[in-house]
Amino acid sequence: MNPFDAALFPEGTKRCSLKLFIAWNIPWILLLLWGLVGAVLCLYKGLNQTNMTDYFAFALWIVFDLAVIALGAGAFFTGFLTYIIGKKELKDIINAAVLIGFICYSGAIAMLGIDIGQPLRGWFIFWHVNVHSMLAEVSFCITAYLGVLAIEYLPIILENRQIQRIKELRLFGNNLHEIMAMFAATGTFLSFFHQGSLGGLFGVMYARPFAYREGFYVWPWTFFLFVLSAIAAGPCFTILCTRLAEFITRKKLVPDKAVQTLAKIAAYLTGIYVLLKIVDTLVWAYKLTPKAGLTLMDYYKEGPYGIWLLIAEVIIFGIIPAIILLIPKARQHPGWLVVACLMNCTGIVLNRFVFTVVTLAIPVMPFGRFVSYWPTWQEWGIALALVGYGFLLFSLSYRYLPLFPKERELNP
Amino acid sequence: MGKLSEHKGPKYGMVIDLDKCTGCGTCMVACAHENNLSVRPDESDIQRKLTWMRLYMVTNGEAYPKTEVSYFPRPCMQCDHHTPCVSVCPATATDYDINTGIVSQIYTRCIGCRYCMAACPYHARVFNWWDGYFPKGKGLERYLSPEVSVRMRGVVEKCTFCHHRLMRAKTKAYNEGRRELEEDEYITACTEACPANAITFGDLNNPEHKVSKLIKSPYAFRLLERLGTQPKVYYLSKKEWVRKLGDNYLPGEFKPVNPPKA
Repeated sequence: MNPFDAALFPEGTKRCSLKLFIAWNIPWILLLLWGLVGAVLCLYKGLNQTNMTDYFAFALWIVFDLAVIALGAGAFFTGFLTYIIGKKELKDIINAAVLIGFICYSGAIAMLGIDIGQPLRGWFIFWHVNVHSMLAEVSFCITAYLGVLAIEYLPIILENRQIQRIKELRLFGNNLHEIMAMFAATGTFLSFFHQGSLGGLFGVMYARPFAYREGFYVWPWTFFLFVLSAIAAGPCFTILCTRLAEFITRKKLVPDKAVQTLAKIAAYLTGIYVLLKIVDTLVWAYKLTPKAGLTLMDYYKEGPYGIWLLIAEVIIFGIIPAIILLIPKARQHPGWLVVACLMNCTGIVLNRFVFTVVTLAIPVMPFGRFVSYWPTWQEWGIALALVGYGFLLFSLSYRYLPLFPKERELNP
Repeated sequence: MGKLSEHKGPKYGMVIDLDKCTGCGTCMVACAHENNLSVRPDESDIQRKLTWMRLYMVTNGEAYPKTEVSYFPRPCMQCDHHTPCVSVCPATATDYDINTGIVSQIYTRCIGCRYCMAACPYHARVFNWWDGYFPKGKGLERYLSPEVSVRMRGVVEKCTFCHHRLMRAKTKAYNEGRRELEEDEYITACTEACPANAITFGDLNNPEHKVSKLIKSPYAFRLLERLGTQPKVYYLSKKEWVRKLGDNYLPGEFKPVNPPKA
């Protein structure tokens, strides 16, 4: 018997029963509710509901923001490769990439809305903008890019079987498809700048030797490293998400060719990124740090953050996944591909964590002491709600929209 | 931004003699009182309490009886070069005044993103984690100064070198037909309150002012000077170990004023 909502499914596809689908989504809805309670408390009572302090002005939420924005880079980069470079095989994965990007960016912006002390004044960034601030550039670009992502996601929604019956909407969707290259180009431009500015955010803090980097004109080297690491890890995250979807649905959803094209490009980019990151680390450790009167080990003398953090980020979750991805046989092996993608994404999340939390945790004042921080349940709730939101929106999109154009062909 | 340092007008600064400072905390109290700093019923959470002037106790690290103690009163350093907090604020809620060298904070424009706090290495900026608390009926509200606006929750605040006192002094001078301020006409609340006279305040650009003479002392130094923020708060100490604590040094880099005789 067909499920109750079968009329909404993409043409010729099979989906589980509605009951099972609802049961599958209960944990994600609970996560969302947890986040909602946290958000209401934070908005109503203020940020005293968090464990952030004057020392940890940025904390869990900013780590999540930076991490999901980096991982969501698969959307713009796949769009760039598909529509600008002309990698036609990626059309089979672009819908999923766009959706992941949309989830990451909309979630990040929602979280930022709670993170600022005066959410009702968020628009001041645009009205009273300080053009010298990296954060202003980030805000402009991510807001504009979320608009682009919404426009890119819209035609996928319009492809729903029942919506397609309405002539006007069908034509509108088709027309949007025609001009998608323009939005892909706009998205690429906006993403390049905000991914970079997120790196610049920390690189420009010249009074924080742990984060400070020299650079080119107004852009510190972290600007370019963040762009590069995002386009190296973003496609890996897209691969991971599609693989997870395939594992859960027990179906093949994306042709190997599309996955392998992304993996190969991610391999070269990760390789270049890791090389440049090593050069950057050496210049930072041997030039900038001594200039501030410190040695590399001074950063790691207090608190839980040791030199292992650098080893984990650059070697274990940097060089190793780069090597695995660069070996054609390894990346063609389904198991190794997932391991390498997982390690690559972990490395990028670790990098964002280091720049956000560790930068603030390390005392700069010679007589400053290390202070600790652990998020409250409200903070965890809001951060994990992003995960719940992601699963929920992805599940809904998979069930009702032709997210994977080759699904029918691959599962006859 | 670099050009600001060449400005020839007044540039207000402070010199704190650490050898005179007893660590009594009067500067902190005077500052809080002058600037309408909100309190909380429980003030034990020092990482979230509001204070524009923080007192750091430091020791020479020696065991008794060689232990020595000193105190670093730390207002906002009013950094002069590419002020770290000013350049990063996305909403232009903090500004460097080219005519006075004072770094201001516009509370009603601050969105509370706290990027400025991350950029400031001195922890001079504090965030209003709670709504302002001035309990009525307990007398606290009667002490509020009408010259300084109280802050709402969710915004960042910091020492302003009692900027309202400068406004007051300027208005008085204007009414008396004067264009220049006398040296002691504008001083901060902490300067006025210090019982040990450890704090001196004035125009660093005016060679007649005490501060501009004091900063020429070989014992004068600034906090984290080598980062290049060019603070306008100077410290004085004849104790080598105290001066050494003012910045980070690699082994052998610190040059004592009076090297120990061989």
